[in-house]
Amino acid sequence: MLQALPVLALVAVGVFILLEMAEGDAVDAYLAGIGSGDAGFAADLRERYGLEGNIGTRFLTYAIRLAQLDLGHSVAFSRDVGAVILERLPNTLLMMVSAILLSASMGILLGGIAALRRGGPTDAAITVGALILNATPGFWLGLLAIILFAVKLRWLPIGGISTLDADLSLFGELLDVAWHLVLPVFTLALTYLALYVRLMRGAMIETDASGWVLAARARGLPASRIALRHIARPALLPVVTMIGLQSGALLGGSIVIETVFSIPGLGALAFEAVLQRDLQLLAGILLTGTVLVVAVNVVIDLLYRLLDPRVRLDAGLDS
Amino acid sequence: MTLDLQGSVPRVSTGSAVGATLLSAVILAAIFASWLAPGDPLDMVARPLLTPLQDARFPLGTDQLGRDVLAGLLHGARVSMAVGAAAAAAAIGVGILVGTLAGFLGRFTDDFLMRITEAFQTVPTFLLALALVSVLGASAANVVIAIGISSWPATARLVRAEVLRLKRAEFVDAARLAGRVPLAIAFYEVLPGALQPVVALIGITVGEAILVESALAFLGLSDPNLNSWGGMIANGRALLRNAPYLVAIPGIAIATAVLAVTLVGDGLASRFGLINRR
Repeated sequence: MLQALPVLALVAVGVFILLEMAEGDAVDAYLAGIGSGDAGFAADLRERYGLEGNIGTRFLTYAIRLAQLDLGHSVAFSRDVGAVILERLPNTLLMMVSAILLSASMGILLGGIAALRRGGPTDAAITVGALILNATPGFWLGLLAIILFAVKLRWLPIGGISTLDADLSLFGELLDVAWHLVLPVFTLALTYLALYVRLMRGAMIETDASGWVLAARARGLPASRIALRHIARPALLPVVTMIGLQSGALLGGSIVIETVFSIPGLGALAFEAVLQRDLQLLAGILLTGTVLVVAVNVVIDLLYRLLDPRVRLDAGLDS
Repeated sequence: MTLDLQGSVPRVSTGSAVGATLLSAVILAAIFASWLAPGDPLDMVARPLLTPLQDARFPLGTDQLGRDVLAGLLHGARVSMAVGAAAAAAAIGVGILVGTLAGFLGRFTDDFLMRITEAFQTVPTFLLALALVSVLGASAANVVIAIGISSWPATARLVRAEVLRLKRAEFVDAARLAGRVPLAIAFYEVLPGALQPVVALIGITVGEAILVESALAFLGLSDPNLNSWGGMIANGRALLRNAPYLVAIPGIAIATAVLAVTLVGDGLASRFGLINRR
């Protein structure tokens, strides 16, 4: 967990460089937004937000503010970046966690079946299906799902996170949100499914050749028990590692998916920030996204210890 | 993005054959787009919203501005393949550079470069590409730069591992005794041997680059003067209910192109003995 700190610091420096690369600063964007402002006012604002001086003092102000978890001021929303992000975070978290769980469990299941039926038609169908899904853009899959399930069949809502103006009980509200998340979560999960399928299939085939599986067969254990406990369990390790590595890609993918399904999350917020040229907000989202990915990896590390008794708590994992 | 050395297509030969056929089709479409569909694909050429097969001259129909969908598809192949290949080349180039330096120089340089690689791997890839494009401006060159910057870590880690393995070899000692400078040894002696596994990454990297470009174009952040497949989907989205073919057709093109490069990449990898070793 501690080895994440230098990475976070480097990302913070990278975000600062990105902000410096942009033409004009937050004050320019703010003045353009309110439509006026003389040079004196601009200088006042720059002093207040620590944007004057040379690059060294600017970086110092940036670093001090970041250490106080102050992400700056959003021009597009006229509020603190932190507050805007916190408001959108739950939706993205909910979507991300459900999509990770769904795609990993579907991948483990399908990859496992493909490995057990290696060389047969089931294996071929799963492998080819995974390859095609892997090549399909997520936003396109989402649009097709909207055409089929929301427009033609009218089974599921077309977008949004909840029904507007609906008078529902707490349980009804939860159900409503879940209902709205079915299409986006499935879309996101299916786009990242292929990787888990291939990884699980490969790992199972590899474990199948190991000595302990041979020993288990020689002891006459039932095939289903060998498949589950002696082949599938060790094969889960690389898949679990991949969940951590993939969480960044998944979070990135949710930008487009949230836009397609009009879900008010962090991804859609990033897109709004780009459209409004609100760089402070975009920088805040980049930092938050990185922290999220680190958090997922910390959870994965803990999970790894549950699955693999050989990994001890103090031994760092080089992922 | 990620290297997968374990699993692969069951029948590699069939896969590569299909991939090679599809890839040739896409590349031919890209090369001969101006000849097959002369003129600017963004120009109005017919009545708006002709459905596919309604008019023999426009077999895939026209969009709401009367633009030929087939022409857009052919010219879009050019954008996707060029941006995809250039971005992947940039990503692999940066990855090779960083990986070789980190692996060969070791110690502080290695630590520092690997922390930077980890940082780039931790930032959500598409978010980074989005931020870079919005800071640099939406042009084809900037899209290539943005994708290149956000997708080099996989190559860097792979090349570093190979260089670490090779740098203890006898020919490195020999070169050192012959008086070659370390950097020359790294790039002329060690790197060529470390490049082979990179072949396995080419297909995945190009495919990923095509997908990122299409997503950026879908969000309206690619070059507005270029007709790209992602842009066509964004354009068709407004008429999702009435003219779903405007969304469906370019999406099939993207999936075909990505599938083609992935399959050909897998084929190359197995030919070099990099996967299915068992």
